[in-house]
Amino acid sequence: MQRPIEAGEIEALAIGAWILGTGGGGNPYLNYLNCRKLVDEGARLTLMDPMDLADDDLVAVVSNMGAPLVGQERLNDPATAARAVTMMEEHLGRRFRAVMSVEIGGGNGLQPLLVAAQKNIPVVDADAMGRAYPEAQMTSFAIGRLPMAPMSLADVRGHEVLITKVTSWKWMERIGRKIVTEVGSIASTCKAPRSGREVKDWGIHYTTTKAIRLGQAVLAARARHADPIAAVLEHEGGQQVFRGKISDIQRRATEGFLRGKATIEGLDGDRGRSLVLDFQNEFTVGTIDGEAVVMTPDLICVLDTVSGEAIGTETLRYGQRVTVIALPAPPVLTSPEGLQHVGPRAFGYDIDFRSVFTGARGVQ
Amino acid sequence: MKRIGIDVGGTNTDAVLVENDAVVDAVKVPTTEDVMSGVVASLRALLARVGERARPLDAVMIGTTHFINAVVQRRELVRTAALRISLPASQSLTPMIDWPRDLRAAVDPLVFMVEGGHEYDGRVFMPLDERAVREAAQRISDSGVRTLGISATFSPLTAEHELRAAEIVREVDPGLAITLSHRLGRMGLLERENVTLLNACLAPLGRTTIAAFKAALQATGLEAPFYLTQNDGTVMLAEVAAEFPVYSFASGPTNSMRGAAFLSRLDGAMVVDVGGTTSDIGCLVHGFPREANNVVEVGGVRTLFRMPDLLSIGLGGGTLVVEGEGQGGQPAVGPRSVGFRLPQKALVFGGDTLTATDIGVAAGLIDLGDKRLVKHLSAGLVKATLARITAMLEEGIDRMKTQADDVTLIAAGGGAFLIPERLAGVGRVLQVPHASVANAVGAAIAQVSGEVDQVFTNIGRDAALAQARTLAEQRAVHAGADAATLKLVDIEDLPLAYLPGGAMRVRARVVGDIAAAGA
Repeated sequence: MQRPIEAGEIEALAIGAWILGTGGGGNPYLNYLNCRKLVDEGARLTLMDPMDLADDDLVAVVSNMGAPLVGQERLNDPATAARAVTMMEEHLGRRFRAVMSVEIGGGNGLQPLLVAAQKNIPVVDADAMGRAYPEAQMTSFAIGRLPMAPMSLADVRGHEVLITKVTSWKWMERIGRKIVTEVGSIASTCKAPRSGREVKDWGIHYTTTKAIRLGQAVLAARARHADPIAAVLEHEGGQQVFRGKISDIQRRATEGFLRGKATIEGLDGDRGRSLVLDFQNEFTVGTIDGEAVVMTPDLICVLDTVSGEAIGTETLRYGQRVTVIALPAPPVLTSPEGLQHVGPRAFGYDIDFRSVFTGARGVQ
Repeated sequence: MKRIGIDVGGTNTDAVLVENDAVVDAVKVPTTEDVMSGVVASLRALLARVGERARPLDAVMIGTTHFINAVVQRRELVRTAALRISLPASQSLTPMIDWPRDLRAAVDPLVFMVEGGHEYDGRVFMPLDERAVREAAQRISDSGVRTLGISATFSPLTAEHELRAAEIVREVDPGLAITLSHRLGRMGLLERENVTLLNACLAPLGRTTIAAFKAALQATGLEAPFYLTQNDGTVMLAEVAAEFPVYSFASGPTNSMRGAAFLSRLDGAMVVDVGGTTSDIGCLVHGFPREANNVVEVGGVRTLFRMPDLLSIGLGGGTLVVEGEGQGGQPAVGPRSVGFRLPQKALVFGGDTLTATDIGVAAGLIDLGDKRLVKHLSAGLVKATLARITAMLEEGIDRMKTQADDVTLIAAGGGAFLIPERLAGVGRVLQVPHASVANAVGAAIAQVSGEVDQVFTNIGRDAALAQARTLAEQRAVHAGADAATLKLVDIEDLPLAYLPGGAMRVRARVVGDIAAAGA
């Protein structure tokens, strides 16, 4: 099934994608403006059910790779996004049937729309993370041990790079990162192409729709002056983890990550205790009194307590009043193989994954 | 230290004389169409009361909502040119792309984009296309547009291309008023450029307004350096401020909260400033307003300003009260207001409209106008209206609270008398002397600041923090601060993910007292 993406849904998608970014992935606002402009200029966007892909259809998997801060100064250009995809088509000698995002969370949640508008192909209602993660091996496709090459990279000055062969997803990450850094820490990429079969087997399905509905729930709650956070929780079957205000933030850059921790002093029902929230680009683990109470791959989202707007790890500030919530992770990420890629140990924590959702059963 | 603070509001122009840490006297006169005569009148009225106590005067500080009102009301904005140095990057999102249509129409921009700009680490992204800049300048000049905003990629780090472009433009047309984006701050090309262009289209108004203030001071024979108050509760020398009208956008609420802190001697409290149409509820933290988390929009334009976190509710001295129109037959209070027509419309002034002020007079909360004109109001109506006002305030205060504990509340603004002595969730309501001119008091006590927001590469964290602080201090002194009083109020470092060389973005802000006259 294919359906048109209405102009009004793009704003909702941007809001939902920013929440699903779990602190990372960069604010989708600029990509929202890009989409709005393309639609104003007559582009028509359609959303395609992944299950409707033929097994041998070819699907482009796109993202912008780089530092969110650079993205705020070198504003993303749909033409560059499309060029990475065209390069890949030229390399393969085949046209793509459709395009999807590698990560629904953050600005990349809207990247396939920019490509779709220019190449006149549908957007697949799926991604490979169900959220945002910093590295190439942290995807459902890597968990499924699918091929990691080739990958194309295009920068706005006209440089085009194709990585045709690597020996592991981690090597793809290292080599790709080096290239991106050299061209100014931002480039558009087209990841290893996927067959329809692979997307059906290993894609995380219906995440575009999920982000749109999430954004719509927030917008509707705001419009009727209701609590947008309650709307998010209800809509996504999420759980409130903590409410308070940020009393301390420490950040440091190591090994290509923005690492750090935010201390949140409790308010309302959490008065008298505090939550320490660690992040590595995205929020990874939340601890109360030394005990981990929430952890990746559960989605840990920090929202402005009043507006429900997501707050990124780069925009956390002292004194902000925030609510930390958890949303359920896609099952592929919580499988034993998935946890090796994105569980707490993949981020250097010597703890076993315990979900807020299953782990809390019978406790509360 | 003697300073005069002036607040030019939409309704009244207030002036106060502050000597060291005490308010000597205060006056309130109506704001005039031409602004200047209202300022002259307020100064004359103040000087008539304080006489020689005003001398020797160290400074005059003026706060005005003039510039933000121009943007919000889309008036007195001039046609502006935009020159962006970013190509081939950022091509799809053209300048002013996210402005509301009516504002864009009012500014009717002439847009140019040329090659150039820098990388995050100071490398040149693309060489500046000087020929394209020269051509743009010629076309701007030919079109008769007199103001220009220039922005370039990563200019807060490396201003070279913006500066060179301005030089070329001046060669072509020396008379153009140019705003450069790196002077206005932060990372985020689109938001920085938005502010730059707002500033550019306000440039003529900035100049004429400052000239009018200056003439007003001369007309009253006051000789002292004069400053304009800024968004963050600090001031800028007027000649500098004339070039940056955008920096005064949020000065009104900031001044009123800072003034409330000064008058109450509290540096942590909630403040309710009851004006003519709305009440602004905010929180004082360490003597400064708590800032909002969200992106701040001015007249519908996204900016990077940090503005006070305020909740505005439709309750002011001019708020309409309509008997029996509210829930359950109770009186309806607001949100409509007679606004600046209060002196003509309110019953106590012989008008025909029942306002919150009339209820206040009838209840004996304040003596204003002719109280015989509200004698006919039933005790039931007065009581029910005050109950509604109390409920509105309580709800707003509760929304702004970050702790369940009772707060101390400072009542400020011309309508402060409407705030009852007891409110749920409030331990103590402070009615302070001069509360109705808290705004002008906040202006009088304003300090000078310097701010830096830059990326530092390859020098290590300690050196980066030290350099940022030194730069901020230099900027503060340049803006008129006494170097001996400078204090670091905010420093934040943000390592940049993915960027090599230990790149780190540092923001630092220092504030200090105004250098005394002749110092």
